[in-house]
Amino acid sequence: MQEDLAIELKNVTKCFGEVMANDHISLSVRKGEILSILGENGSGKTTLMNMISGIYYPDSGTIKVEGNEVTIRSPKDAYALKIGMIHQHFKLIQILTAAENIILGRKGPNRLHMDQVEQEISELVHKYGFELTPSQKIYNMSVSQKQTVEIVKILYRGANLLILDEPTAVLTPQETEKLFDVLRNMKKDGKSIIIITHKLNEVLEISDRVSVLRKGKYIGTVETKDATLESLTEMMVGEKVVLDINRAETTKREKRIDMRGITVKNKEGVKVLRETSFTAYSGEILGVAGISGSGQKELLEAVAGLQEIESGEILYYSPEGKVEKISDMKPIDIRNLHISLSFVPEDRLGMGLVGSMDLTDNMMIRSYQEGKHFIANRKKPHALAEQVVSELDVTTPSIETPVSRLSGGNVQKVLVGREIASNPTVLMVAYPVRGLDIHSSYTIYNLLNSQKIQGVAIICVGEDLDVLLELCDRILVLNGGEVTGIVDARTTTKEEIGVLMAGSRKEKKANA
Amino acid sequence: MSVLITFIQKAIGQAVPILFGATGEIAIEKSGNLNLGIPGIMYMGGIAGLMGAFFYEKSTSAPNGVIGLLISFICALLASAIGGAIYSVLTITLRANQNVVGLALTTFGVGFGNFFGGSISKLAGGVGQISVATTAEAYRATIPGLSKIPLIGPVIFSYGFLTYLSILAAIVLAFFLKKTRIGLNLRAVGESPATADAAGIHVSKYKYIATITGAAIAGLGGLFFVMDYMGGTWINNGFGDRGWLAIALVILALWNPTRAIWGSVVFGALYILYIYIPGLSRAIQELFKMLPYVVTILVLIITSRRNKKENQPPASLGEAYFREDR
Amino acid sequence: MLRESAKSREPFVRMVKRDRIGTKKAIGIRITAVILSLVVSGVVIVKITGQNPLEVYEGIVSGAIGTDRRVWVTVREIMVLLLISVGLIPAFKMKFWNIGAEGQILVGGLVAAAIMIYAGDRLPSWLIIVLMFVGSGLAGLIWGMIPAIFKAIYNTNETLFTLMLNYVAMQLVTFCIVFWEKPVGSNTVGVINSSSGKGWFPELFGNSQLLNILVVSAVTIGMFIYMKYSKQGYEIAVVGESEDTANYAGINVKKVIIRTVMISGAICGIAGAIIVGGCSHTISTSTAGGRGFTAIIVTWMSKFNPFVMILVSAFLVFMQQGSVQIASQFGLNQNASDIITGILLFFLIGCEFFVTYKVEFRRRNRG
Repeated sequence: MQEDLAIELKNVTKCFGEVMANDHISLSVRKGEILSILGENGSGKTTLMNMISGIYYPDSGTIKVEGNEVTIRSPKDAYALKIGMIHQHFKLIQILTAAENIILGRKGPNRLHMDQVEQEISELVHKYGFELTPSQKIYNMSVSQKQTVEIVKILYRGANLLILDEPTAVLTPQETEKLFDVLRNMKKDGKSIIIITHKLNEVLEISDRVSVLRKGKYIGTVETKDATLESLTEMMVGEKVVLDINRAETTKREKRIDMRGITVKNKEGVKVLRETSFTAYSGEILGVAGISGSGQKELLEAVAGLQEIESGEILYYSPEGKVEKISDMKPIDIRNLHISLSFVPEDRLGMGLVGSMDLTDNMMIRSYQEGKHFIANRKKPHALAEQVVSELDVTTPSIETPVSRLSGGNVQKVLVGREIASNPTVLMVAYPVRGLDIHSSYTIYNLLNSQKIQGVAIICVGEDLDVLLELCDRILVLNGGEVTGIVDARTTTKEEIGVLMAGSRKEKKANA
Repeated sequence: MSVLITFIQKAIGQAVPILFGATGEIAIEKSGNLNLGIPGIMYMGGIAGLMGAFFYEKSTSAPNGVIGLLISFICALLASAIGGAIYSVLTITLRANQNVVGLALTTFGVGFGNFFGGSISKLAGGVGQISVATTAEAYRATIPGLSKIPLIGPVIFSYGFLTYLSILAAIVLAFFLKKTRIGLNLRAVGESPATADAAGIHVSKYKYIATITGAAIAGLGGLFFVMDYMGGTWINNGFGDRGWLAIALVILALWNPTRAIWGSVVFGALYILYIYIPGLSRAIQELFKMLPYVVTILVLIITSRRNKKENQPPASLGEAYFREDR
Repeated sequence: MLRESAKSREPFVRMVKRDRIGTKKAIGIRITAVILSLVVSGVVIVKITGQNPLEVYEGIVSGAIGTDRRVWVTVREIMVLLLISVGLIPAFKMKFWNIGAEGQILVGGLVAAAIMIYAGDRLPSWLIIVLMFVGSGLAGLIWGMIPAIFKAIYNTNETLFTLMLNYVAMQLVTFCIVFWEKPVGSNTVGVINSSSGKGWFPELFGNSQLLNILVVSAVTIGMFIYMKYSKQGYEIAVVGESEDTANYAGINVKKVIIRTVMISGAICGIAGAIIVGGCSHTISTSTAGGRGFTAIIVTWMSKFNPFVMILVSAFLVFMQQGSVQIASQFGLNQNASDIITGILLFFLIGCEFFVTYKVEFRRRNRG
């Protein structure tokens, strides 16, 4: 019986300070099986896998590989045990080639002969049907190419147990299918695979068994064939939740933002938005869908005045009927026109808030310039901080606590609370519930809905299509910086959006 | 013509310590450590070599140049390696800020050099300046015959062995970084320690070895200065700002050791150019001495504008790495 | 058998980041580091001099505060180091690694000396002193502004840029010395206005250092208020944490970078005027004397707190002055003080690790 297990964890525990990230977790993977580890954000999936791959060291508990108890102190130890992990954020070195990245840290003769290495890699690539040029530099690669490098790297090292952390987050549905085919090939080869995910459909499609974690605790393992969407959701969330967001209905619908043919280039000179046009209306939630990195970030930042615009224009229609051209304006100029544009960026602690500052100082980020005094006024922000804490139920030791000490959900409440407090006419939010538990997520959805009822024009970038379909009025789909369609959320389907997310990219390739 | 030959010889004499320093610093920076302690380390290497030779020559009535050379060479390597080790413990194990540790090490090293350079003979019970003529003679020895060839002789074969060693060290480092597995791993550590760590590379070990080895190489620059250039004597602060020039040269060479070779000659030439341009007033001469720094600043500005990926400093330069940091 | 060997491979020592640390414990760790550094430097001195360690420490204390004059020299040195450290606060808070304080002090001192020399015969002393402050501040400001502009526009590495500017400043000083030489051929400037005392800081209420102390205290308190309460101080903090956030907040990042480093450079420049007008009354390449570098360490170790800065500066200067005394007492050269300073710094820098991290040793019977 024991012989069949590729890896077995017993009572593995890991704390970060006062936070119990993994609390006595026991689970196992058989040889030649695909196991999904399912859990909400923050449930401890990645932490657990990091302990198998040697990034973290467990506080207590044992790990057995092929029946033998082992100590995994470093990734090197993990490799020696033929365990390899593909992280969510790729660990590749930009200025090196694919082949150089693949042989990094490998033993072998000290003198390097890259042509020979590249030959070996090509063979491996053909065996599983990847597409990869070993001599290409990483900084010239697309996201899915980089993922391929990561997987080939692990295989080149002869791993028998592969761990993939949210591998499909960055892929189109088509690329995801390709990946799954490769994974099935590997399984046939006798390799064991762990996939960390929170996407239920993928769990059901690819895995043999599912282990569920919740808030750092192990909930249980089921055979996939016995599982359903509902049963898995219940295990993951801990109670029967109705996945139902009430879409508020409003009548007053006025034009607020009109983006016309906007093109934006990034630092490397690559176009990240191409001729993008859309209109946002008051009393409406406009969803923005697309695989990550399709231009969502730039779309919102262009409206907020944070992107250099190559061509095109953005017009703002005020409730009083005035029209202002806000493209080419900096955030401060927009504010000086008394346009209240609120923006909850994706990178909460890297852009929206300053982690090392307390709540009061974070409340004044967008308003500290008010008034003519040399000295900053901290009375108003202090009062606002207290208001946000009490109205949104922010759990914090005090107003003077640095926000980086707060949990993800509370950080987001602070940020959203501040942005709503300025009575915006336009509210832009990027991935508003990422990393939040179900209850905090619903707090945010309710806030968005109540803003919508008050006549705010809302633009919401999201990753979970189910949520976008229930929350939004219309959904704009981006692909490679282009709008491939704007659909009515009440009538469209996930499949239609999926095609838009990927479909036009194929056409593009055919043209180019 | 003979002025030109002398100029080239003198420029190379200035270039060698800077090249040693730059080669060592490149090895260190490739591991992600910006070591501003190099000037101090070079002082430590210089004085340790001098002290080694001094005590040896004092201990025997008929000192042998080769033995003196070996002893001082080893002393210089050891002392500068210790400097590198102090830096490594503080920045790698104790994760202190690299700039701060580097500056403290320079304060310490320069003080160390000047203190012992100034008081060693007194402490040893003697009087007057230290001088290790026999050992210095060995350092300055050239290959008999070759240096007598006209033109080529004085330009190429008229130097002590450390000059050739400095070029060799740069070439070996370049080959090592580009063509070997360990070199590839080291570059990975400097670019992204987290990635290197995940690939099973022992990041701290690489940083330690690169930093200590680099410091030892840089220390030879100090040794060359006291033995070959100064002929086995010490002047307080005589080594001057050459350590900082070495750090500047790393930028000029865009972290490429072979480029540092000709770069060091350019620096050496700029350093003494004022002597060879006739008719300069003393004031203008002082302005000429600014040239190496001004050139470095220009290179710094130009490379930051170009933004070419391969020419940038190692991506993790200046940052401490801690695996479990969240 | 296998199991046992697995157990023994468990890491022996691990570093764990502390969540927070009690003030008492943090101070305890730092005091331990100071004591250790004193012991080690004591051992070094004793090794070199062969003297009784107690005598050595006595010598240090006597060197620093043994006579009235020494007390005032020590105070004067503390003030200068403190001023430079305070000047570095805004730049460092913005994560702009200004290691060009040395050069900024030099150009400040240079302009102050120039004003003393050229205006010495024409203007009253009080006006010269005012001009010295203004002129040296402007010189330091420009010296800081140059790398800041390139940082703001091209993101040019400021650490190396400011470092190089130190040596450009040094050559400027040697350039000027050629013209100001006194006596001719000495390659030094000598004491400026030695007979008239023009531009020398006057005694206030009978104390020669009071003006220094007043100026430095005013700048220190001003900086404390500026950083903690002003809008500009807030902008500096935001830019230092994240440029993305600063842009998001509507801060003109380029403007803030340039303005902040100008302030930093100006204060360092004024330190040059204080050294020239208040202490040395001359100018040379060693006018800054490495204080620009020492101040970096002071600022960093004090975590931008001006009041901790006073303590750290005082400790370093005390030990430096003390070891100068030791050196002369035992006939050694003055560079001994640099070695001592280096050792102190190594310990003080190293101990911060133990404030941030907890070291855990292997535990038995884990389960």
